Amino acid sequence: MTTEQRLGSVANYVDERTGAAAWMKKNLQKVFPDHWSFLLGEVALYSFVILLLSGTFLTFWFDPSQREVIYEGSYEPLEGIKMSAAYASTLHISFEVRGGLLMRQIHHWSALIFMAAIVAHLMRVFFTGAFRKPREGNWIIGIGLLTLGIVEGFLGYSLPDDLLSGTGIRIAEAIIQALPVVGSYLAYFAFGGAFPGEAFIPRVYIVHVLLLPGAFLALITAHLMMVWYQKHTQYPGPGRTEKNVVGYPLMPTYMAKAGGFFFIVFGVTAFLAAVASINPIWLYGPYTPGQISAGSQPDWYMGWLDGLVRMAPPIETHAFGYTISWNILIPGLIIPGILFTGMALYPFIESWITGDKREHHILDRPRNAPNRTALGAMSLTFMLVTLINGGNDIIATHFDLSINQIMWGTRFGVLILPPLAFVITKRLCLSLQRADRELVLHGRETGTLLRLPHGEFVEVHEPISPEKAYLLTSHEQTPPLELPAVDGRGVKRAGALRNKLRSRMSIANAEQVTKVSADDLKEIEHH
Amino acid sequence: MSNEIEAIKDPGLPAHVHRKADTDPAAADRAERQVAILFGISALGTILLIVSYIFIPDDVFIFIPVMGEQNAHQLGLGLGMAISLFFIGMGAIHWAKTLMPDTEVVAQRHEFRSPDSDRKEFVDAVKEGVGAAGLGRRSLIKRSLGAALGLSALSPLLLLRDLGPLPGKELEKTTWKTGTYLVTDPGNRRIKASDLEVGAVAQVLPEIADPEHRKLSDIAKDAVLLIRLRPQEFNLEADRLAMTHDGIIAFSKICSHMGCAVALYEQQTKHLLCPCHQSTFDVTRAAKVIFGPSARPLPQLDITIDGEGYLVARKPFSEPVGPSFWERDSR
Repeated sequence: MTTEQRLGSVANYVDERTGAAAWMKKNLQKVFPDHWSFLLGEVALYSFVILLLSGTFLTFWFDPSQREVIYEGSYEPLEGIKMSAAYASTLHISFEVRGGLLMRQIHHWSALIFMAAIVAHLMRVFFTGAFRKPREGNWIIGIGLLTLGIVEGFLGYSLPDDLLSGTGIRIAEAIIQALPVVGSYLAYFAFGGAFPGEAFIPRVYIVHVLLLPGAFLALITAHLMMVWYQKHTQYPGPGRTEKNVVGYPLMPTYMAKAGGFFFIVFGVTAFLAAVASINPIWLYGPYTPGQISAGSQPDWYMGWLDGLVRMAPPIETHAFGYTISWNILIPGLIIPGILFTGMALYPFIESWITGDKREHHILDRPRNAPNRTALGAMSLTFMLVTLINGGNDIIATHFDLSINQIMWGTRFGVLILPPLAFVITKRLCLSLQRADRELVLHGRETGTLLRLPHGEFVEVHEPISPEKAYLLTSHEQTPPLELPAVDGRGVKRAGALRNKLRSRMSIANAEQVTKVSADDLKEIEHH
Repeated sequence: MSNEIEAIKDPGLPAHVHRKADTDPAAADRAERQVAILFGISALGTILLIVSYIFIPDDVFIFIPVMGEQNAHQLGLGLGMAISLFFIGMGAIHWAKTLMPDTEVVAQRHEFRSPDSDRKEFVDAVKEGVGAAGLGRRSLIKRSLGAALGLSALSPLLLLRDLGPLPGKELEKTTWKTGTYLVTDPGNRRIKASDLEVGAVAQVLPEIADPEHRKLSDIAKDAVLLIRLRPQEFNLEADRLAMTHDGIIAFSKICSHMGCAVALYEQQTKHLLCPCHQSTFDVTRAAKVIFGPSARPLPQLDITIDGEGYLVARKPFSEPVGPSFWERDSR
């Protein structure tokens, strides 16, 4: 039997039992647009698969228990030291299991890459407006995955029960304990008594390896099914419209590229794990609450949170015999809560401002949505300043600065720099729009100087291609909403204040450099 | 469209540009060989992994420029795996880029909104279903079902009650009592005032009957830092000065901000610094917060010496140690 015949008989067997042929045919020809920025989400997906594979390997030897043992393994500096079984088994994986250290490092590196890819993917989706109708739901799932990723990463970082991870858990416990009214009760329930107790490693373990991965699988499946069903967005360009998708068919081109890319991501992760040491827990020693190592740092995706906590002003309220720790609640819960809720609601906020309720499948070039781009730059600046403060001790020792200088710098910086970033980015976007306009009207500057018969020098401009001219002018420019404060009879309308706010934001949002029209070009030709 | 002026026309999808391998069979054959070479490099990677696993002992270190001393076994396994995976990917993508069709295909999109007739039929079906169940008319069923569902959510909450004991007054208490000896950590030896030189720091714990089985949850509240200054260096209220002994002052080592160990002591400035969030406490002024996010000084332990000169606690801590919690001031 030839390969073709064999494949045919398998297909026949399956189709006679499921009737899948029609569905499969349609979906194997499904079109996927191609762009490097669409790979960011793929990196996140593949890192998740690598996390599942390497994590499963680690579970074969890891002992999630805080039972006290005396270390008798091959790492001599810790010989005879009392430690938890969790820490001892992590040392065992690192030193005695062949390839164990490699797998631990692959697991940790891919967790860092997973989070980085999620953040980069989120930025791509935000700055190109891919979250707009009909994809608001998938945006919210994405925010959910980001949030779970932060929690899952933190829990994984906590499991080895070394001095550094125990310190992280202590901080998490203090945040729980700071909750008004129920804090100390919740902390006692979570830890099965006083901190650290002997319950949290087994509990964190089951959440880390079962509960959250299950939630991830469900959410990722829903995320991908939505992408599949709603079809991928595409960048603007000639031949691309809101009514079509231009790209490569799933079978074979896209399949080979995406499948190949999985191996590349895995290969790069393995390379990092082979050459770059990460989280060398044997250097930290076992956890004990009375000790600490200088330069305690969380993983990068927690750095902004740590930085916020570090820069918080020392405010506590003591009233009626009760304590409220604003220095923990504001940076640890309230600001992150506002940020993530705002992020999740952003698609609805934007559509409220623009009044735009139509479907969008063509992505925006970031410069053509100056307000949104500026808002993104503002949020990133906020995150960057807090992240810098999260590493203030490391920065201070490396650059010979005082921690106090960095702390005061970032305390002011976190208030001043984000609005500044907004204004600068918005101006930059409008300048880029102006540059686009110039380019379409007058063409590309060639650098060639021409001397005219009467002695004047002019630079030769080369007209751009019709494709490029279309790309630079295909975006929509909508005027702001018209929301008069009074109705036709001069009576104040209900919700006037809300409308005023909405129309103010709408006007700011609609600020644009008028794009070139066909009429403008015709006029130029006459000159 | 809001723009009434005429927009620049869509020139349509650009014509497909043929690749060399599309037109030249020799180029296509060359591409095939390149893909095979990439897959071949991957196979070599797997061989490197197998060789490293079997033949390189895990205690051999080799020197590699830039990276320094590296464990040869781990490096061989890791590089072998990296090469074997990476080049499968490179091969597949090179194959797709040179030999698989690269003509862009256009598929049509349709608006997601269903036709009005379908939407109406759906709404009717829901209404009919709701009506048939009688939910609208039989409000007693609706309300009692709501109440039952709401109440049933209580049972998992109740069943989770045994996750931990109630805190009671545990958070306020430590092992320190009147007359508890201060012992070194590690070592569990009593210490005399004379053991500590001026400028020195020591971590101590309360003496207990069975120091071999000291609980971590006790250390998390009991850890104390002793610092010895010259008595004239203190800048303390009289009652706080009375809690010191001959220049030795004792503070809870558990940070009043988030509970990390306040372990960094700067001898020159006499400041204690928490490495987690950089709260800074001035030892000469009863651990007053002079910088950082902590809102309270570190609790001070009242110490003295017994007849033989060993350091003991004169009283337990007068306030709860460690991070704040809601009921902290209430008792």
